[in-house]
Amino acid sequence: MTATVPGPARTFLGLPTAPRGVGHLRGDESFPDAARTALRDGQLRANLGHATSTIRGKRARVVAELPDWAELREAGRALKAATMARLDDHLEELERQVTARGGTVHWARDANEANEIVTRLVLATGASEVVKVKSMATQEIGLNEALEAVGLDVFETDLAELIVQLGEDKPSHILVPAIHKNRAEIREIFARTIPGVDPGLTDEPRQLAMAARAHLRERFLRARVAVSGANFGIAETGTLTVVESEGNGRMCLTLPETLITVMGIEKVVPTWRDLEVFLQLLPRSSTGERMNPYTSTWAGVTPGDGPQEFHLVLLDNGRTAVLADEVGREALHCIRCSACLNVCPVYERTGGHAYGSVYPGPIGAVLSPQLTGVEDNASLPYASSLCGACYEVCPVAIDIPSILVHLRSEHVEAQEKPNAEALAFRGLARAMSNPRLWHLAQRASRLGRLFARGRPTLPNALPPPISGWTRSRDLPTPPTSTFVESWTREHGR
Amino acid sequence: MKVALFATCLVDTLTPTVARATATLLERLGHEVVVPTGQACCGQMHVNTGYRREAVPIVANHVRAFAGAEAIVAPSGSCVASIHHQQADVARRAGEHRLAADAAELAGRTYELSQFLVDVLGVTDVGAYYPHRVTYHPTCHSLRLLKVGDRPFRLLRAVRGLELVELPGAEQCCGFGGTFAVKNADTSTAMLTDKMANVLSTHAEVCTAGDASCLMHIGGGLSRLRAGTRTVHLAEILASTEEAVTPNQTTRPAMSV
Repeated sequence: MTATVPGPARTFLGLPTAPRGVGHLRGDESFPDAARTALRDGQLRANLGHATSTIRGKRARVVAELPDWAELREAGRALKAATMARLDDHLEELERQVTARGGTVHWARDANEANEIVTRLVLATGASEVVKVKSMATQEIGLNEALEAVGLDVFETDLAELIVQLGEDKPSHILVPAIHKNRAEIREIFARTIPGVDPGLTDEPRQLAMAARAHLRERFLRARVAVSGANFGIAETGTLTVVESEGNGRMCLTLPETLITVMGIEKVVPTWRDLEVFLQLLPRSSTGERMNPYTSTWAGVTPGDGPQEFHLVLLDNGRTAVLADEVGREALHCIRCSACLNVCPVYERTGGHAYGSVYPGPIGAVLSPQLTGVEDNASLPYASSLCGACYEVCPVAIDIPSILVHLRSEHVEAQEKPNAEALAFRGLARAMSNPRLWHLAQRASRLGRLFARGRPTLPNALPPPISGWTRSRDLPTPPTSTFVESWTREHGR
Repeated sequence: MKVALFATCLVDTLTPTVARATATLLERLGHEVVVPTGQACCGQMHVNTGYRREAVPIVANHVRAFAGAEAIVAPSGSCVASIHHQQADVARRAGEHRLAADAAELAGRTYELSQFLVDVLGVTDVGAYYPHRVTYHPTCHSLRLLKVGDRPFRLLRAVRGLELVELPGAEQCCGFGGTFAVKNADTSTAMLTDKMANVLSTHAEVCTAGDASCLMHIGGGLSRLRAGTRTVHLAEILASTEEAVTPNQTTRPAMSV
């Protein structure tokens, strides 16, 4: 269910600091290995290519409509930066306000604590099943598995999460968890797993949606407990917000007697007014819609209206440790729109599973290693060509490429003994800092000409790590003279 | 104007014809070109691979080599972007504040070739002749970090005899990414495959760009496929004239300078 607990990070005095994140944040394989498997799947490549290019186009069109997009984006960035600077105050205010309105606030240091709290709360109601609103935080902590382990039935109600759950699969995208499946594959999953489904079900989207609707409706009506995440938690009023497209979330948020919300501590915003900015940035960036279809907000409980018991579980799971890094903390500004996934050339080819975390794509490559500690997820910061497309579309201007580069350095600097790569880079750095040595090194590279034996490119079969290049691309034979050399020869010094 | 040419480590060592073309072009436009012999590398590969501490002396060497230069031009969007966005940061982080200030000051006088031609020299027609069907790949760092915009297109459109064809999916990365191409070779190759398919769909004879590194990647893939389409740096196209369309003005692996 959840990975081993790496233990809290320690300061140089040995005092424990914030706990590291546990849960579904790291894979069993390194990114390059997992990607290799994914890249062989032609159907996956086709599904992802089609889906991401469609969403990319929609986003680009609706963003271009707003003349003040750059200002909105800057406002979003500034609001997040200011909130993070006083995160503790805002969280305590949120707790006071939620409590004042009849809710109960729980603080969870990590995934295990959060799962224990939610499990205890559900069992206390006597219910045997739970309906769920689509939520990244509960995917992160592996809540479904925890609830199932004590014999509870858990039903995902978001259409894409339902597809993933019925297919015994894992989400591969933050917003569109089943993006790796096409409609023919979805029809197959429904036909196989939904009890009493029409055997003549086709892969027509409306038919698929109606089959899911019939399956879910029954569960909404009998559910006594719902679990949700939150897009925003407003400190000044204790209001929680869920932003969704289907209305299934609203059913969960309004019909059951008990509502339990698991929210990452970075989701707090100080005031209602802040939603003005985020509710413009989020739908255009995520689904390419001008306005979000279902925006549900609630504060505490209201007698005779909606859930009569409300619990808010505030989840750390590594976030405080991220906040301590002045470069990396920007990753906490993320509003989970997934625009960066949709434009990422790496994500588009490998899909989300290769990242091994519930947070895939560029934001996942900076968030997951920080939540777990870089050494526990060391391949993810390298899973990017640093093309910068993610930064360009990010609605809160998270400089993802700079954080990736920063985390690569954190990883390199955490090594106690230098490996072959580090030795090579140190040697090269020495040469590149001294013109005389550099010219010698350049001359030495000409030894490559011996392998070329007069051909313009080097042989395909070269030893690692150069083989990583030469397996699929030719490498030019080094010329007999560098430019600086020949220029200096012609012009004198 | 006296222009100091920063060849970049990759061009100097592997594709010197690109630096040669840059010098030829600037001289043809009436400027004096100097090539500081102390130059080596901007430090980008070290920084981007995680060796930011090791990059500090490389930055120091770069700053030393170009100290006092009036304007510095490099035929690479990526290296110029690193000079603009990384050098001072890396020095500052290492506590080398003097070096950081010098690097920032030098960055202010450092230009990518197309930006130097259009913004500083104010030319778009450089008097070039290149009778080929050409497609342009806007490299990521030129596009997103330096924001060179339509400058390369304006320069290419003014080249006599050149037929410019649009590259589908132009703004997608070719998959190079420095050490990414080796550390994540399979993903990089998947990106390259799609880039090459787009390049070949244009039926261009030549794919050009402002970065020799990305061209070495695309060109290395096309060469492996024996595809026939070759990669030629923007500087080499702009350096070509009726009198001197030399056979070695290509980024095909050069056997001599």
